[in-house]
Amino acid sequence: MSSSTVVQFNIQIGDELTFNVKPLLNEVKHALDKLIETGQSTVIDLRSIPLAPGEEEKILNVLGLGEVQARLDALGLSEVIETRYAGVWIVTHYNDDDHIISRFIEVTSMPEILCSQTEDIMAAYSRLGLTLNDEQKNNVEDS
Amino acid sequence: MINDSNRDKTLGETLREQGISRRSFLKFCATTASMMALSPAMIPKIAHALENARRPSVIWLSFQECTGCTESLTRAHTTTIESLIFDFISLDYHHTLQAASGHAAEQARETAMEENYGKYLLIVDGSIPMDNPGYSTIAGISNYDMLMDTAKGAAAIVAVGTCAAYGGIPHAKPNPTGAVSVGDLIKDKPIINVPGCPPIPVVITGTLMQFLTFGSLPELDHIGRPKAFYGKSIHDRCYRRPFYDKGLFAETFDDEGAKKGWCLYKLGCKGPTTYNACATTKWNDGTSFPIEAGHPCLGCSEPDFWDGGSFYKALSMPTENITRTVIYTAAGAAAAGVALGAMNRHKKNQAVATHNRTSIDDLKK
Amino acid sequence: MSEIEFLNWVRGPGFQIAIIIFVAGVIIRFAEILLLGRKPNLAEAKGSEMRGGLCTIVSRSFPDKNTFQRSAFTEVSGWIFHGGLFITIFLFAPHILMFKDIIGFGWPALPTPVIDAMTVVTIIALLAILVHRINNRALRFISTKEDYFVWLITILPLITGYLAFHRIGMTAPTLLAIHILSVELLMVIFPFTKLMHAFTITLSRWYNGAISGYRGVES
Ligand code: SF4
Ligand code: SF4
Repeated sequence: MSSSTVVQFNIQIGDELTFNVKPLLNEVKHALDKLIETGQSTVIDLRSIPLAPGEEEKILNVLGLGEVQARLDALGLSEVIETRYAGVWIVTHYNDDDHIISRFIEVTSMPEILCSQTEDIMAAYSRLGLTLNDEQKNNVEDS
Repeated sequence: MINDSNRDKTLGETLREQGISRRSFLKFCATTASMMALSPAMIPKIAHALENARRPSVIWLSFQECTGCTESLTRAHTTTIESLIFDFISLDYHHTLQAASGHAAEQARETAMEENYGKYLLIVDGSIPMDNPGYSTIAGISNYDMLMDTAKGAAAIVAVGTCAAYGGIPHAKPNPTGAVSVGDLIKDKPIINVPGCPPIPVVITGTLMQFLTFGSLPELDHIGRPKAFYGKSIHDRCYRRPFYDKGLFAETFDDEGAKKGWCLYKLGCKGPTTYNACATTKWNDGTSFPIEAGHPCLGCSEPDFWDGGSFYKALSMPTENITRTVIYTAAGAAAAGVALGAMNRHKKNQAVATHNRTSIDDLKK
Repeated sequence: MSEIEFLNWVRGPGFQIAIIIFVAGVIIRFAEILLLGRKPNLAEAKGSEMRGGLCTIVSRSFPDKNTFQRSAFTEVSGWIFHGGLFITIFLFAPHILMFKDIIGFGWPALPTPVIDAMTVVTIIALLAILVHRINNRALRFISTKEDYFVWLITILPLITGYLAFHRIGMTAPTLLAIHILSVELLMVIFPFTKLMHAFTITLSRWYNGAISGYRGVES
């Protein structure tokens, strides 16, 4: 079932239902303050908060789209966007069927998952070394 | 699939060998944290624990059940990540999912038990009939015998589904098979109950992951359920709660209130007495959950939820037909009252009749 | 017994038992009172029994100035907690559902926050009444064990109901079950204690008024 066939029951999108939208956005504001004051970043799991149909969209709408939009291809697609508010990021992980499997608001200067990881860098170093070796060998053979 | 030689390797090693990047691993950990209902602050700890976790052997036994729990689990939505978990565990026996049958299957169970004695994880779905063992057997072995035998060497037992956890529908009155839960029979092993009819897929995997990640039992509530998922009631997490608090209720399934998304209490919602995670994790890829679809909660993760009267009777209503009781009682009482009244009257009249008047003369005597 | 079993019991067999005792008790006691009869009054009627009776039912609810000044506390607190009990019992949506299930019809409810506030007010009034009863020498002297027992059984459903609604202290099914059980206790002792006055009050006031009415005097 693709998400476009999902039927929305009864409730019109946009109804202020759980009143969790505002507190959540306030929490984001607090987190930004913390980031400025102490440099500490915050991660909020959007799937752990009771939200009525349409409320997640509402939060995303308020935060909007900013300057950065990145796509990762790591065990399925992931999407990392900076919102209209610098330092507030939305990280969404999808599975192979393009279904959202988790979604976080990260308040940080750079979401961890965007950074190249030390282990991967090390692996890359040896891989590149091997590739260059091969190239050299090929070059020697060619000439 | 990860082959058997990988059993001694840690998950970190296995994943690296498969060429899975650290970044992918981080994504896996973040999703796992979300799945386990743990705070995102735990992600680094999860990463560390998973990095060093070893591949466990899992034996899955199915007793009096409808396979709904297995269906739910195998439809867990995070295909990529889930398959990683499934690759990671070694599901050595599951008679619905395994290819082997008959003696070969039982052989597999016995081998897994022997090789991993004291270390394997036992998962059970379905309740155990204690009336006549013939009600449910596997390879000629009664459910009771198989459970007791397999439980001996288990590190822990996970009772998946309300049937295994509390008896479920087979245990509903009048309980014709004498069905009991795993916890009724086994007292000397740690048991994690993951009730639900069926349990929410991510709750099953989340609980398993918690055990596999940290190698320890999650914190359990007073009836053995992981607090991470069953710590709050549906009512406490329900997005319709503001309407309940204001006293705005849907009276029928299609009235104005229902269309406006008001509280379903009057339609029999058991959310106030039900502890489960579906109000936040939701069902079907996080699409929705029953209350969001306009149907009251049935209370599926609670013991004896089948015996609480009609699913559509509000929690404040008596479960039996009280009107009839009142009418019968009133009729009986009226008759009794008249009889008693007549007796009292008779007594009174007698008292009057036998009453000796005392005169001044009497007192002077 | 699991907490849900407990809840199922109080909603099922427990409620049956309580309602049987309540209904049977009230009817039998009424039958006894009514069938005992009164001596025929041979004097000539100087006024209407019915008029006097009905008037008294209402008029006795409102104290005259002197009585009010003498026992203002009893009057005010009494009114508050009786009114509070009425509102919390009969005008809370889930309660109305319960009545509707038994008698077949319901009536409009008050908004839940109002009920919530009334519960607190009623509990406070009942507590004040207890303190007054203990502190006042005359009241203390005429108080029996039954009075204290009845007070306890009356305040329990209020407290347990408040806790159950706000889900304080225990798991929700247990809280709800305890609340229902406390109401069942009330129902069971109702016909056999002073609580019966909720019904007999109209009867006795009518008698008082009727006697005076017959004699043609104000009551
Ligand atoms: S719909 Fe059910 S769970 Fe939600 S607020 Fe109403 S009673 Fe509670
Ligand atoms: S709404 Fe209630 S009955 Fe339905 S799945 Fe959730 S916990 Fe179970």
